[in-house]
Amino acid sequence: MNVAALATPSAHGWVRQIAGPVHRVLKVLFSVLLTFLGLTCVTFVIGRVIPIDPVLAIVGDKAPPDVYARVRAEIGLDLPLPVQYWRYLMKVLHGDFGNSVITSQPVLADLLHVFPATLELSLLALIIGVIFGVPIGVIAATHRGRWQDQVIRFGSLLGYSMPVFWLGLVGLLAFYAKLGWVEGPGRLDVGFDDIVPTVTGLIVVDSLIAGEHDVFVNALSHLVLPASILGYLSLAYVARMTRSFMLSQLRQEYVLAALAKGLSPFRVVWVHALGNAWVQLITVIALTFGSLLEGAVLTETVFAWPGLGLYMKNSLFNADLNAVLGGTMLVGVVYIGLNMLSDLLYPLVDPRARESS
Amino acid sequence: MSKRLSFATLAVALPLAFASPVAHAATPADTVVIAKQIDDILTLDPGEAYELSGIEIATNIYDRLLRYEAEDVTKLVGGVAESWTISPDGKVYNFKLRPNLKFQSGAPVTAEDVAFSLQRVVLMNKTPAFLFTQLGWTKDNVKDLVKATGPNALQVTITEDFAPSLVLNLMTSIVASVVEKKVAMANEVNGDLGNAWLKSHSAASGAYRLVAWKPNESVTLEANPTFRLGAPAMKRVVVRHVPEPASQRLLLEKGDIDIARDLSPDQLAPLAENKAIRIEQFPGANTWYAAMNTADEHLKNPKVREAMKYLVDYNGMVNSFLKGRFIVQESFLPLGFFSAIAYNPYKLDVAKAKALLAEAGYPNGFELKFDAPNTSPFTEIAQSMQQTMGQAGIKLNIVPSELKQVIGVYRARKHQLLLISWGPDYFDPHTNADTFAHNDDNSDTPKVRPLAWRNHWYIPDVTKDMLAAAKELDTKKRAAMYADLQRKVTDEGPFIIMFQNTAEVASRANVKGFKGGITEDLNFYRTIKK
Repeated sequence: MNVAALATPSAHGWVRQIAGPVHRVLKVLFSVLLTFLGLTCVTFVIGRVIPIDPVLAIVGDKAPPDVYARVRAEIGLDLPLPVQYWRYLMKVLHGDFGNSVITSQPVLADLLHVFPATLELSLLALIIGVIFGVPIGVIAATHRGRWQDQVIRFGSLLGYSMPVFWLGLVGLLAFYAKLGWVEGPGRLDVGFDDIVPTVTGLIVVDSLIAGEHDVFVNALSHLVLPASILGYLSLAYVARMTRSFMLSQLRQEYVLAALAKGLSPFRVVWVHALGNAWVQLITVIALTFGSLLEGAVLTETVFAWPGLGLYMKNSLFNADLNAVLGGTMLVGVVYIGLNMLSDLLYPLVDPRARESS
Repeated sequence: MSKRLSFATLAVALPLAFASPVAHAATPADTVVIAKQIDDILTLDPGEAYELSGIEIATNIYDRLLRYEAEDVTKLVGGVAESWTISPDGKVYNFKLRPNLKFQSGAPVTAEDVAFSLQRVVLMNKTPAFLFTQLGWTKDNVKDLVKATGPNALQVTITEDFAPSLVLNLMTSIVASVVEKKVAMANEVNGDLGNAWLKSHSAASGAYRLVAWKPNESVTLEANPTFRLGAPAMKRVVVRHVPEPASQRLLLEKGDIDIARDLSPDQLAPLAENKAIRIEQFPGANTWYAAMNTADEHLKNPKVREAMKYLVDYNGMVNSFLKGRFIVQESFLPLGFFSAIAYNPYKLDVAKAKALLAEAGYPNGFELKFDAPNTSPFTEIAQSMQQTMGQAGIKLNIVPSELKQVIGVYRARKHQLLLISWGPDYFDPHTNADTFAHNDDNSDTPKVRPLAWRNHWYIPDVTKDMLAAAKELDTKKRAAMYADLQRKVTDEGPFIIMFQNTAEVASRANVKGFKGGITEDLNFYRTIKK
């Protein structure tokens, strides 16, 4: 479809008015569609070339040849690859990701069950990362080269380079085993399991909705350590990026002009310079959130956190292709959503973006 | 500046200060919490489950026709069956069921339910179906061969020749679990005999009822107060999936779990000092071995294979990094099984191996690809073998891969040397003999693919002896036949059989009575007390 044709000068006035937004929406839809196709295609091919036999994953090593052959036919692996892909694509377009081998449930139902666990973890981690990372980055920038800057840079380098697996175990040892400040691995103590009805899937939220104070405290106590550790990683990244953005802002002439005009240094740094840095920071924060969602595998392993990362890892090792493909699609959708969200947020912090849109 | 400093301190400390010190209560008195890696569970339908954790959970939920009970795991006793008779030709088995048994639903356990349970295994034809189809049962004849002859009377007929002890042992395996017919059929979808529903629900008469299975998360069981051996002491059993052993250890030390099942030796060693924790060892039944593909030009030579059996430091390994987890057992039956022999003719002897290699025409050794799973302790065993084989000039190039990938290579017979383990399917020597000593069709499309076939070890005569042992009615003779088979396979087979595993279980000191069995069928929760 020639979208540009909609906006020809000969068109009526109302057509001209809506042509711009329609064009933008179509452009976004087209890119989303392309991304989806690419995603399904790449994940499908990877799923088919990994050297693990998905039939073996279902029937086990000891299955006799006839059972093996029957299951192979049942899941369509005897068909040519393009046919398999076409079938898969058609199903996905109808919202059917198939059933997981491991759980026997529809993949969509599984994802809806595990995703909130990861979301809960990542959201708190992101909040920690942003609330502390941005100010720390600003302080580092305003104290460039001084000891505060060195300490912060060293701290964020540590967060950046320390294996999260090790950090998780050390965190458990210190704050759970030795100090007893937090609860250990898992989302809840056994005694609190299945008390709160699932509404959002985020236990801290659901327990508040249900008015179960004890469950809320227990859930938060389980959540705070893994979220802090993930939060430290995102803090490290956000702080480094904030520092770099702020340094480039502080070199701008408007900063000098504002100071010369007699504005307080605090206001110049925290309102004007940081205000401009937010434009770039939004993208960084959105991408950090995306990587937190899909990158929590090791944290989830150490903390026995039944989230998306653990689900995907387990599916991959068991050649549970439907689950792997479904999970990958979900991560893809989240990334696309976050990108769109950060696009929407630009005008809020940047008047130029407001005007141009 | 001091303000900024305190801000930075706050930045680090605040997230953790969210929670003030929490009071750690022990697990509830009527609940036992077990930490275990349970991500292998694919289903809890006893007609389909064949993964280790799945079998363990199912054995605690479903009663079986016959059993080896926790009180004496060496004695075959009735499960739902009270008594049984066998026809003189060993073909017809009549079981009399115990009276007044009840399912967890309250309905009585009838012979009709038992017949249905055995039939559905064959009719569904899932992975463990071969345990029954080897008796001659097919989709077409199973309803005639397995039938209720009265409300409490079950008749089972086999068409193949098998020793009665073998048939009875099969009736103690997971496929002989008794499912409530009415409940299963009420939940049937597209003729699946309730399979989809039973994956995550139970219709049983065993010690526990399945409350919930959350994949990769937990299994929750609730005691069955009407269980035939009395209500279990623990009202609830929660098996939590804790993938990381280090996390299991911390949870155990804090008392947030009662039993940790997957601790490694380096985690167990410091726990030995802890008075609040007790460590117990239970013999396992897994056989760890390296497989030599005799289609390989080097490995087809028996002298080379013998030399390689002398190039493994069996004792060195069990005395160092495998300490407490394995014992040396070089025959294919694990100790504890009927007719197993402690036959360990090989030890590390580089000089003898070198001489054998020279005789075989390889005085300077050769190179081999060595497929091994990429997890501990496979990796360490592979490295030890690489080092000792190297002493005689055999250069092993280790290819570490995901376990399922290694199995794929093995099944396709594409390996040279491959490290793997084998676990028995039921408590009878035939289960291992039928795979280590069975290959009378070496073509690429045989009816079955036993381990001997996977290594191109063509042994029609040994296969005949193995089948004869399965049919031998005289128990003493049968034991002698299996002893011969074990020696034959160890001496001539394409297997470097090394170890039998032992399971180490760490519990809180107040938790007693967990019985770890030689197979998962014998891991009982109902004996646990606090």
